[in-house]
Amino acid sequence: MNNYFHSVELDAEKCCGCTNCLKRCPTEAIRIHNGKAHILSERCIDCGECIRICPHHAKRAHSNQLEEIEQYKIKVAIPAPALFGQFNNLDDVDIVLTGLRAVGFDFIYEVSRAAELVSEATRKLIHENKLNKPIISSACPAVVRLIKIRFPELCDNVMPLLAPMEVAAKMARREVREMTGSSDDDIGVFFITPCPAKVTEINSPNSSEKSAVSGAIAISQLYPELTQAMDHLKVVEPIAKSGLIGVGWATSGGEAAAMLGDKYLAADGIENVIRVLEELEDEHIRDVDFIELNACAGGCVGGVLTVENPYVAQARIQNLRKYLPVSLNHLNEKDLDLMMWEKELEFNADSFRLSDDLMEAMDMMDKMEQIYQTLPKLDCGSCGAPTCRAMAEDIVKGKAKETDCIHKLKEKIQSVYDQLKNTI
Amino acid sequence: MSNCIHLHYDVSGDDFTRAGEASGAVKKRLKALGYNTDAIRRVAIAMYEAEINMVIHAEGGFTDIDIYPDRVEILLSDKGPGIPDVDKAMQEGFSTAPDNVRNLGFGAGMGLPNIKKYTDDMKIETEIGVGTKLYLTVNVNN
Repeated sequence: MNNYFHSVELDAEKCCGCTNCLKRCPTEAIRIHNGKAHILSERCIDCGECIRICPHHAKRAHSNQLEEIEQYKIKVAIPAPALFGQFNNLDDVDIVLTGLRAVGFDFIYEVSRAAELVSEATRKLIHENKLNKPIISSACPAVVRLIKIRFPELCDNVMPLLAPMEVAAKMARREVREMTGSSDDDIGVFFITPCPAKVTEINSPNSSEKSAVSGAIAISQLYPELTQAMDHLKVVEPIAKSGLIGVGWATSGGEAAAMLGDKYLAADGIENVIRVLEELEDEHIRDVDFIELNACAGGCVGGVLTVENPYVAQARIQNLRKYLPVSLNHLNEKDLDLMMWEKELEFNADSFRLSDDLMEAMDMMDKMEQIYQTLPKLDCGSCGAPTCRAMAEDIVKGKAKETDCIHKLKEKIQSVYDQLKNTI
Repeated sequence: MSNCIHLHYDVSGDDFTRAGEASGAVKKRLKALGYNTDAIRRVAIAMYEAEINMVIHAEGGFTDIDIYPDRVEILLSDKGPGIPDVDKAMQEGFSTAPDNVRNLGFGAGMGLPNIKKYTDDMKIETEIGVGTKLYLTVNVNN
């Protein structure tokens, strides 16, 4: 777990040790020590909330530069459908896709095409009763990672299908191999990504041995070059091959609507997602067959590496979908194996557990409660932990000391002062 | 070494939306202790149902939780109207919940039957006009 890759990184020079990211992190994965933020690797789900909130831009997502596609003989772009919501007055997806060709890609395979295949495969598996209900979507890697570290009982409910990004990369590779006869090593497949969680997914996949994606370029990074290329197109090539089902995956509710049933629920925004997972775990949510969860508000258009306001992007996607056919990609039965998970989702119990030894854990919890009672319960974050309870846990684990709490320190100084005063 | 962790929560009777706070807090602690996941789920569901009952029927009360290495013991105590006919209350589908509560999806008459289903031992002490005490035990195979 320690060598686990994270796409969210800290620029220590820009970090001033304020508590913005500390308070915002949904998994309490950040601590501030010696005036700098540190990410607890085993708890971070790469949702990107800290990047969003940091006023000093000290958190950034590791992604690839456009130049890096040059290492490959054949350069393939697999754009996320969220990309299509980033442009004003866009009425034709092909303008974006031809723009991608103009900035250097040889071949384009929209992730929305794969999304239509995943939707069809899901419907098929549901119809054949092969899944544990309610089925939780596996498309958002931040959500899957969250389930993996915090919701052990729900691991079996996550849909065992690869996310559209991964399926798109596999399909694109196959098409390019068949078309050109090239070997896989010569083909570079780059995801045009709205979020850091996808970058992490490429580097340490949740459910496949090795990702078929070679790298990821942030939408925000590509944006200036791409818009410029789009403004100077001489002809618009007919590249787009996805319908409204695939493009709809860009926004919250799109994937669920593609189930073509009405017993579904779609939640977006990481806090809402956590609430739904908690209730699912306690079996409060019944009568729902399919659950779509997106870590970002609005869905993928709300990703921290996008450019446009998610709700504006959502309105644009809605408009773009209007004249599209329902679906342009259909599942070939023999491809289903290719789309299934290569490995089971493994629950990682270590992230929130106090100790492997039960008696020791109980002892630690007992001490934690005692320490907590002595703390001011302000959850101010000044000690470097997000809450007084987290601070108590850090003290018990030997990672913090009581006087890291400025209120406790003040008390201590006051008592020393009083003592001195009395002796004089 | 400590071999029992004791927790105490007040269950607020006037705010329906706060029901589930105690069970949520207990769940979090059991996860941190590394308890068997099935046991955690059973404790969380049984406690939640009991909390909801307290809010619907008894205007709140308190709950005491003792976490032992091999079991979790829960007492839920209220000063509500008491249960006139316990056997009837244990029947699936029997409910005296008011309509406004049913509109929220509760009061389906599955509260006590569900609590029984998810716990290894359940004991009800109830007295009309005095209140109800519910003793629950969930065995844990850690």
